[in-house]
Amino acid sequence: MAIDMRQFHQTFFEESLEGLANMETELLHLEKAAANKGQETVAADPEILNTIFRAAHSIKGGSSTFGFEDVVGFAHVLESRLDAMRDGRLTPTRNVISLLLLSVDCLRSLIISARTGKEGDNNAIDSIRKQLENLESEQPSSPPLTVPVLKPPQGTISHWQITFRPHLHLFHTGNDPLRILRELDDLGECRVQVDISSLPGWDQIKPEECYLGWKIELIGPIPRETINEIFSWVVDDCSLEIDRKPMQSLAPRSIAEAVASMDAQAGTLRVSVPKVDALINTVGELVITQTMLSLIASNFSFDNLSRLFAGITQLERNTRELQESVMSIRMLPLSFAFNRLLRMAHDMSQRLGKKVELIFQGEQTEIDKTVIDRLIDPLMHLARNSLDHGIELPAERLAAGKPETGYITLKAYQKGGNVVIEVRDDGRGLSHERIFAKAVERGMVSSSSNLSPEEIAELIFLPGFSTTESVSDLSGRGVGMDVVRNNIRSLGGSVEIATQPGRGTCFTLRLPLTLAILDGLSVQVGDQTYILPLVNIVESVRILPQQVSRPVGSSEMYGLRKEFMPLLRLNELFHVESRSTDFSQGLLVIVEAEGKKAGLYVDDLLDQQQVVIKNLATHYRKVEGISAATILGDGTVAMILDVPGLIRLAHTGTVHATPHAGDSPASSMATPTLN
Amino acid sequence: MATILTVDDTASMRQMISFTLNSVGHEVIQASDGKEALKLLQGKKVDLVIADINMPNMDGITLVKSLREQAEYKFIPILVLTTESQEAKRQQGKVAGATGWIVKPFNPEQLLTIVNKVLG
Repeated sequence: MAIDMRQFHQTFFEESLEGLANMETELLHLEKAAANKGQETVAADPEILNTIFRAAHSIKGGSSTFGFEDVVGFAHVLESRLDAMRDGRLTPTRNVISLLLLSVDCLRSLIISARTGKEGDNNAIDSIRKQLENLESEQPSSPPLTVPVLKPPQGTISHWQITFRPHLHLFHTGNDPLRILRELDDLGECRVQVDISSLPGWDQIKPEECYLGWKIELIGPIPRETINEIFSWVVDDCSLEIDRKPMQSLAPRSIAEAVASMDAQAGTLRVSVPKVDALINTVGELVITQTMLSLIASNFSFDNLSRLFAGITQLERNTRELQESVMSIRMLPLSFAFNRLLRMAHDMSQRLGKKVELIFQGEQTEIDKTVIDRLIDPLMHLARNSLDHGIELPAERLAAGKPETGYITLKAYQKGGNVVIEVRDDGRGLSHERIFAKAVERGMVSSSSNLSPEEIAELIFLPGFSTTESVSDLSGRGVGMDVVRNNIRSLGGSVEIATQPGRGTCFTLRLPLTLAILDGLSVQVGDQTYILPLVNIVESVRILPQQVSRPVGSSEMYGLRKEFMPLLRLNELFHVESRSTDFSQGLLVIVEAEGKKAGLYVDDLLDQQQVVIKNLATHYRKVEGISAATILGDGTVAMILDVPGLIRLAHTGTVHATPHAGDSPASSMATPTLN
Repeated sequence: MATILTVDDTASMRQMISFTLNSVGHEVIQASDGKEALKLLQGKKVDLVIADINMPNMDGITLVKSLREQAEYKFIPILVLTTESQEAKRQQGKVAGATGWIVKPFNPEQLLTIVNKVLG
């Protein structure tokens, strides 16, 4: 029976890339151990060598099972070298480790080629492969290419739906459906439903025939193969459908959607068992509370009032715990992002001739997976900058009375609803004079302006700013600090900088714990409530009517302290009846995104609150100026404003490009299209 | 414990099977081909038959067919021994009425797993 192996490919790619990342980390450990002892070689920890070997071995096994020949070939060579290293036939010198690191890159590129079907740089890969083959070991080792056939990856939970309808003659083959059901039950959580639709009338039943059918739901870490095997003897004596049920249907809908809307590429998430246990535990408690409350409700008297309140308090606690549990599923330790920097630091310090050590603190701090994915680039950029511009050459450091080795410290900790990450180096610090001179040269500030050191440091975040005199291929690739700041801001976070000449620089990143919940300010426009993300708000002011101007061919502008910005009337934009068009009755909320400001005219400011983000596009459709929706405490729906979008609208002047009154989002709110 | 009939023309095979099944307490009747198997049975109650396919005098397929014609053996599990390549034989066995098959080579553990499965 042919099994469609493609269903396992995705898992194979993911676990292979993960294995390679582990391998890389361990190789870097090896090298660090050697460097610390000031030796060229190390007496390596056998456990480390085993871990490295296992990764290559699993990739080889997997790729041969799934028929990725290019990967098999390379992995085989690598595995045999690593095997020699494990047996002590090959000494892990720094050169060998460097070559092995390059091999990791090759293997990664081969796996990515296999995944995407795009060819990688085959020449480079061949050359590394040759070097690997020529690596001298003390005794020749060229084991024949034996390829272990590995079982398909276990451990991923599948939800199977099986429809099993034996043909009438099944008993005549000596098979017994009961036996099959029992075997399925041994595999995992099994729910069986009997189908008696083909059972004939009592007088027509022949006891030797099988009239029953079954619908079976089976949940567990079960590969399709195992299920096929159970049915292998009867597959011609029954009609059989084995389908994998998508897991999403098991997840809570709204959260799954909120998250799906943020995840551009739908990846998979590995969740540790304790987190799942905690979740199940919380749900258990919730059920108990619910039972308790229904008991109180079923014979309610005023004597029970205190018990009812106690129950509601408990329900609140359960809900909060459930929210925390569910959120924690998407949380990953920051070490995922930090570890990616090790390799960059290794390569770059070698090329620059600098001695650098990365120190991680609090890398177990957890943050939303989406945040992690989008944090890697900014972190890379900051660390790369520190290494390139901050940390001095060893001689320079010694002359300045500092230790030869520079330190870049990445420190993470949680503070309130935020995660704070510090990227600190002990290098030369920012040169205020050079930054100021550069900014003047670029025409960003006038040479006569009198700026504080903090204001000068802020200049590096301006678009188009770069102080690199020699633009190296390592940093200063035209991607500036403004991109870093924008990336962090798009995650709802902020970046601050502190520097001391000669002592070093520290970048402080503040990020929200999750993207599924937003800190917002609710504002009133007519009878509608809108939510403004707090990160975008600069200030709120009373409007001075004399500051409103309307230049020819442009929309309304507002002048605030000599700064002019577009003025957007939210009531016009969303076709809502405003409380008053008289400016003195409302307020102007100054918002900022992507370095541009705009003033939003609203009737009133209501409250600052946390809201749960609900995707609008999946329920309604994408609306310009609105990023998502949420449900307020009283059950009404409020739109979350897309501030960058609004500002773009305001600056391009196409303010009225939004839907007409008939199908505006405001009118759709009355119908309960959101769940 | 169950009574099991094993039919195979190679003695070593019969021994291996008997030894394994005896070791967990089953009673085993041995026959060297289909003819002998039918003669030994004669309406005697058995819980399971394990039969090779290629045998002199009467092959496994014929044996399965004749057993299924007798009321006593109409519903009992009958397993045939095949090799990985004998897909066609396996199908013939099924058509004749075999319950399932055991793929050779197999080790004692595998044999016991399958036997437990059908006796279970």
